[in-house]
Amino acid sequence: MTAITLRNVSKTYPGGVEAIKGVSLDIGDGEFLVLVGPSGCGKSTLLRMIAGLETITAGEISIGERVVNNLEPAERDIAMVFQNYALYPHMSVRQNLEYGLKNRRMARDEIARRVEKAAGILGIAELLARKPRQLSGGQRQRVAMGRAIVREPAAFLFDEPLSNLDAKLRVQMRAEIRHLQRSLGTTSVYVTHDQLEAMTLADRIVVLNGGVVEQVGTPMEVYERPASLFVASFIGSPAMNLVPLQQARERAAIAGLVNGSVPSGLSTDAVLGVRPEDMTVGENGAGADAVRFAFTVTAVEAVGAESYVHGNLQGGAGDIAVRMPGYHRLEPGTVLSAVTAPEKLHFFAGASGQRVDRAGAAQ
Amino acid sequence: MRTKRVVFRSLWLPYLLIAPQIAITAIFFLWPAGQAIYQSFLRQDAFGLRTEFVGLENFARLVNDPLYLKSFTTTLVFSALVAGISMGVALLLAVMADRVLRSALFYRTLLIWPYAVAPAVAGVLWFFLFNPTIGIAAYFLARLGYEWNHYASGTDAMALIVIAAAWRQVSYNFLFFLAGLQAIPGSLTEAAAMDAAGPFKRFWTIQLPLLSPTVFFLLVVNLVYAFFDTFGIVHATTRGGPGNDTAILVFEVWRDAFEGLDLGFSAAQSVVLMAIVIALTAIQFRYIERRVEY
Ligand SMILES: Nc1ncnc2c1ncn2[C@@H]1O[C@H](COP(=O)(O)OP(=O)(O)OP(=O)(O)O)[C@@H](O)[C@H]1O
Ligand SMILES: [Mg+2]
Repeated sequence: MTAITLRNVSKTYPGGVEAIKGVSLDIGDGEFLVLVGPSGCGKSTLLRMIAGLETITAGEISIGERVVNNLEPAERDIAMVFQNYALYPHMSVRQNLEYGLKNRRMARDEIARRVEKAAGILGIAELLARKPRQLSGGQRQRVAMGRAIVREPAAFLFDEPLSNLDAKLRVQMRAEIRHLQRSLGTTSVYVTHDQLEAMTLADRIVVLNGGVVEQVGTPMEVYERPASLFVASFIGSPAMNLVPLQQARERAAIAGLVNGSVPSGLSTDAVLGVRPEDMTVGENGAGADAVRFAFTVTAVEAVGAESYVHGNLQGGAGDIAVRMPGYHRLEPGTVLSAVTAPEKLHFFAGASGQRVDRAGAAQ
Repeated sequence: MRTKRVVFRSLWLPYLLIAPQIAITAIFFLWPAGQAIYQSFLRQDAFGLRTEFVGLENFARLVNDPLYLKSFTTTLVFSALVAGISMGVALLLAVMADRVLRSALFYRTLLIWPYAVAPAVAGVLWFFLFNPTIGIAAYFLARLGYEWNHYASGTDAMALIVIAAAWRQVSYNFLFFLAGLQAIPGSLTEAAAMDAAGPFKRFWTIQLPLLSPTVFFLLVVNLVYAFFDTFGIVHATTRGGPGNDTAILVFEVWRDAFEGLDLGFSAAQSVVLMAIVIALTAIQFRYIERRVEY
């Protein structure tokens, strides 16, 4: 049973960079938690603090029952998969897998049993005699995972393990990691800057920005109810449309916004958000309470099954993107209207960037 | 690595450009080397009045000369000690500097200084430090109960030139070791730390194996240095003595030529040394061409 708990954890690097500013998290036993955020937000730092590779400036980290602040990495019963795999280049795959077990003075037959088992699970049994340089990127990735699995640790830590693979392999390995983690049931913390990876892998996502937690939630919660402007713009691809509300209303770029569909007491600098995939071009399926956006087409991005229409809101009130199923050719300059249902709208206070809900909206 | 190809329009310009280099090599290396080989087949009387062709006789004398054979052993011991000590100390320093690196520019400057000191000066420096009457190092050794005297003791004399020679080489070795250690990704040692390897285990099982190409390269460089570049140190301090206890090969070459005035014999010794350096260099090139072996 391994839960990981972070209590007000902070990290200041020598030189004064405050990489982590008071993070608290409860990671459940067997949970797959994904830390996501833009480059430099402190994801690796936080993971390395859990691993014991960085000191903890303030706060407390516990793994299982133990506070691990002052424990060496080797004493924390965790295994880490590094972005560059960190395989020992002068050792064979088998030696790579055995290294941590031998250092722990495990019995020979137990080591052999674990290596065979891990090699079987990962399909690298034929590669055991090879050196890392004789492996493809995907195979190295598997060996790196193998090195973590043989340890049978209390928790796995992953730091962008897929970012060196090509797009297709990345999707495949993503599925494998997910499957593996489910079947082993080992608590895992996974760092990525790829929000798609976060959405598909996570039991829960932690969105990190500038060393602070913006939101913690299941992928669906984070997608459907982003807690802040930052999360709204970070999660979802293409990004959510964010429009200055007052300006759009004054310039008549938005129609159909009745008082009931807008939270009361919004400040004048409030921002309205709506996802491209929640909008439809034209009047198809528009309900009686539909909200309309008027815009001029500037470009069309066709990605095969669907197209993204980019445009300027009427009166220059902001940019907007709308998804259309199928392939479309629209001339720049075409004036269009897109509709959405009022419950698909998100509102954020301008100054703080915090989400503001409509009264009576479902929590 | 790919090098840029430059195409010269004129045919003779490239030759003109490398001419100075060729000239220097010819004047300072090829010509003396040729002279040495030529001389090694001749015998001159002590006054340089008569010269005769003696074939391989000089080499035959070498093989049968107990003094020369002793000098060979002395050189081997000396070179092994110099290479071993200078590399050992340099590696220790490099490992420590690697730990604190980011701020290591200071150490780097400090440690490169000895290399800028000419061998003879290095020799004299240590010569004074260990001078039995006025040397501070000899004084402290005496306080510790050791009577240091490199005029009387062959071991002390050997220790003196080994220290002087090794000291000068530490900085050079340090830079290579440090660069080699820096080239090992930090995540490797981190992964090893998570794999329950302590600092010593990490050094022996991860860092040192990955450093082996550097170790080999430096071994050859240091041997070549100890074999050939230490004349100044010996000449300025022990002059081969006491007895012949520190008469290494390069020193013998010089002594037989300029004190013994036996040019042919000295030339034959130079040719042997030349063969050794060529062999060492060849091994090095072979190895480096095969690239890092792990
Ligand atoms: N060793 C260090 N010394 C000083 N500052 C550091 C150090 N490592 C990281 N930082 C700083 O801490 C902040 C967080 O870095 P971190 O590596 O955790 O980011 P990240 O979220 O993992 O980014 P990326 O997605 O690019 O890997 C950055 O501002 C970075 O410059
Ligand atoms: Mg990172």
